[in-house]
Amino acid sequence: MKPDLVIETRDLRKTFTVTRKAGRFRRTRHAIVAVDGVTLRVERGELLGYIGPNGAGKSTTLKMLTGVLMPSGGEVKVCGLVPVPQRRRLASQIGVVFGQRSQLWYDLPLRDSFELARHVWRVPAADHAARLARFRRDLDLDGFLDIPVRQLSLGQRMRGELTIALLHGPRVVFLDEPTIGLDVVSRQAVRSFLTELRDRGDTTVVLTTHDLADIERLCRRLIVIDHGRVVHDGTLAELHSRYGSRRRVLVELDEPLAESVALPGVERESVSAEGRLITFSLDGSSTTAGELVGWLASVASLRDISVQEPAIEDVVARLYASGR
Amino acid sequence: MDTASRRPSEERARRRRSQRDLSSATRRPAGIRPKRPRLIPASARSFGALAAAGFRRHSTYRQATVAATFTNSVFGFLRCYVLLAAVAGTGVGVAAGYDAPRVATYCWASQGLIGVIFLWGWTDLADRIRSGDVVADLLRPVHPVTAYLAADIGRAGHAALTRFIVPIAVGAIFFDLYVPARPHTYPLFVVSVALAVVVSFGFRYVVNSAAYWLLDVRGVNMLWAFATTVFAGLAFPLHFLPSWLVWPIWIATPFPSILQAPLDVLVERSPPAQLVGIVAGQAAWAVVMLGLGRYVQRRAEAKLVIQGG
Amino acid sequence: MAAQVRGHAAYRASFAFDLAGNALIPAIDLIAVVAMFQVTRVLGGFTAAEVLVMFGLSSSAFALGDLAVGNIERIRVYVRTGLLDAILVRPLSALGQLLAVDFTIRRVTRFLTGLTVLVLALAAASVDWNPARAAIIVVAVGSGAAFFGAVFVATATVSFWWIDSGEFANGFTYGGRDFTSYPVTVYSGLFRRVFAYGLGFAFVAYYPALGVFGRPDPLGLPGWMAWCTPVVAFLAAAVASVAWRYGIRHYRSTGS
Repeated sequence: MKPDLVIETRDLRKTFTVTRKAGRFRRTRHAIVAVDGVTLRVERGELLGYIGPNGAGKSTTLKMLTGVLMPSGGEVKVCGLVPVPQRRRLASQIGVVFGQRSQLWYDLPLRDSFELARHVWRVPAADHAARLARFRRDLDLDGFLDIPVRQLSLGQRMRGELTIALLHGPRVVFLDEPTIGLDVVSRQAVRSFLTELRDRGDTTVVLTTHDLADIERLCRRLIVIDHGRVVHDGTLAELHSRYGSRRRVLVELDEPLAESVALPGVERESVSAEGRLITFSLDGSSTTAGELVGWLASVASLRDISVQEPAIEDVVARLYASGR
Repeated sequence: MDTASRRPSEERARRRRSQRDLSSATRRPAGIRPKRPRLIPASARSFGALAAAGFRRHSTYRQATVAATFTNSVFGFLRCYVLLAAVAGTGVGVAAGYDAPRVATYCWASQGLIGVIFLWGWTDLADRIRSGDVVADLLRPVHPVTAYLAADIGRAGHAALTRFIVPIAVGAIFFDLYVPARPHTYPLFVVSVALAVVVSFGFRYVVNSAAYWLLDVRGVNMLWAFATTVFAGLAFPLHFLPSWLVWPIWIATPFPSILQAPLDVLVERSPPAQLVGIVAGQAAWAVVMLGLGRYVQRRAEAKLVIQGG
Repeated sequence: MAAQVRGHAAYRASFAFDLAGNALIPAIDLIAVVAMFQVTRVLGGFTAAEVLVMFGLSSSAFALGDLAVGNIERIRVYVRTGLLDAILVRPLSALGQLLAVDFTIRRVTRFLTGLTVLVLALAAASVDWNPARAAIIVVAVGSGAAFFGAVFVATATVSFWWIDSGEFANGFTYGGRDFTSYPVTVYSGLFRRVFAYGLGFAFVAYYPALGVFGRPDPLGLPGWMAWCTPVVAFLAAAVASVAWRYGIRHYRSTGS
């Protein structure tokens, strides 16, 4: 069965030409390659994390996918439409939240923006009412529905932006830094909202973020872009194993360990408290945490254990730093 | 939305649509079927909603409206006296087809219409282009020109109820105003003002769009303010100039259609047939300016670079 | 990445537009006067050259006043953004700080163009010159500038009470300039009495011009009124300084 592809790009490129004055009369032109051959296939219902360092080309890709920017090369199709020439048709099928830009009508109460959205996106009244009721409940909008948008706090505004992006039931939603600058409570609300959206399965979400906690909690698939190229496209676990991130097991023993650990893929990272507190790191593929603990229990008396997941920050920082 | 049943019909709809012009904003999204026939088409309702939003938005600017109306009234006095002196100075009580009451109505109506037609000083679009917020407009399934036109009509509607009424009232109290004698002048005037708003909007849209290409639109704005003030009949009635100067301006530029036309209709300066002809000319310019706006928009989008990586 | 692409040509185009715009905007009022005289030979009993003398006097005095004091308009922004507090905290006169003289090209050119119009109009008006009449011109422009300066300051004090007072003030500053550009005989009734005599605008250009032409006042006032501009300017300055002090005190006591 042919997969339901909502986003399909092939060798997508974008080059910017910057003119600079060189001396009094001459000008030099040089090209900045923002996106350098990105090929993506995204199926219906995925919640895709699209991350990369600043200037990697994330926002540029997003703008090309939404039809706001014309690609310099390659092919792109979103919901079966070519974004730039068919932008207005595409606009009815997609929703966008650009973190710093607002889709809401600035001077009017939030409620008015939603009502206006109903007309602008031609949403049937019943669908609109049902969705709005759901969002009001899930994002807790009732407290500030009647306040003019320009007076809302960032957290409130972001919840409003999410609502207006989804009110017309788009097939794809692009979220560009939706949690940036939000307080912890708002961020949590947005995350649980997105989790539910993902679990519902009928909306594809492309999430661009610097908040790696968002990635860990929400995304099953992760695309890492750097210098305009895709450097990783897979699950989080694959990212960890590819870049060698390790789980850590911290054990507290009654007495220092007599034997040395001979299990494959296990390393002793650090020892303290006269040999009673040991940190082991696992490469994740050979020995499981359970096997390690089991073996320890058989040769020593365990007082306490804790398991630390690999920090995605480490992986990503290493990725960015390596600058491939 | 039921996805499984939508796909075959969507394929058929897409094939049909690929033969038509895809840039029209009046297409329905695939798969949405009306449950019962509507009296008002969806595009008109969408337009109306945007216009209503424009109206409501401007009704929140109370202090600015009051201040602007005050200024309009003060300048109304200044201009009215000077125009009356000009008419008196001719010795025959008529200057370029305007007698004293007509020139007074011309003056106060023009002061009232400044707010409605909004001759210059509108930079919403240019501001949004420079800040990058215009992206939000491009992500909606409505043509930007249509959306901005709707908002402007809402604004004009609000101004008609507030900024137009006060100067007219002030003028009527302190001066002897000409009251239109022919009954058809009133509806013709309303039509003329509406068309003037559209022509003015089209022009403002094009001028603001210069922000896509130029760093600094201040200079363009000043030129536009100059051209509109002088050639639209605000600084002085256009007919004060010799006729060999007036007719080229009237035929070859949109400016007279912006203010001079509705004013001439109101003061009944010419026989009805000629006034209807003037309004028809406004309609023609309205079409031209909107078309120019759409053309400029297309060119802007082709080389679009939105700020903020 | 700041993905903003502007060609070199765009800089030049902006500059050209700016230049053209700055030259043409002040020309609007002059064009309006000229247009009036396309349909009539006299305006309020005065010929084109005579009216243009008044226009020139008014325009020069206003531009000079704007040059010296125009920066006071910034007070609106300062009050709204709260920056005025920073100014009030300093151990310097607030008025002094706000009035930093600003010799922008635009302001200087407007003054020079006003003077040019004045000079050309005086030539066209075939004036019977003597030292006294020449002195009237100089005194009128100088004290007219002081008068407008006082008007600027007085209208700026409204910002202390009413935050968005910008448009309101324009009615008196720019409105005042337009008023003085034409002979007072053009106006009538209460409006004339308030603006010309109550607020003193008639003394900026009208009475000095009458003095220069050697014409008796159709409104019946004596000829030495031509020299009264400095007196009116002084009174206006007094009013402005009282308004300013009162305004600052009110602002300090109520906060922003």
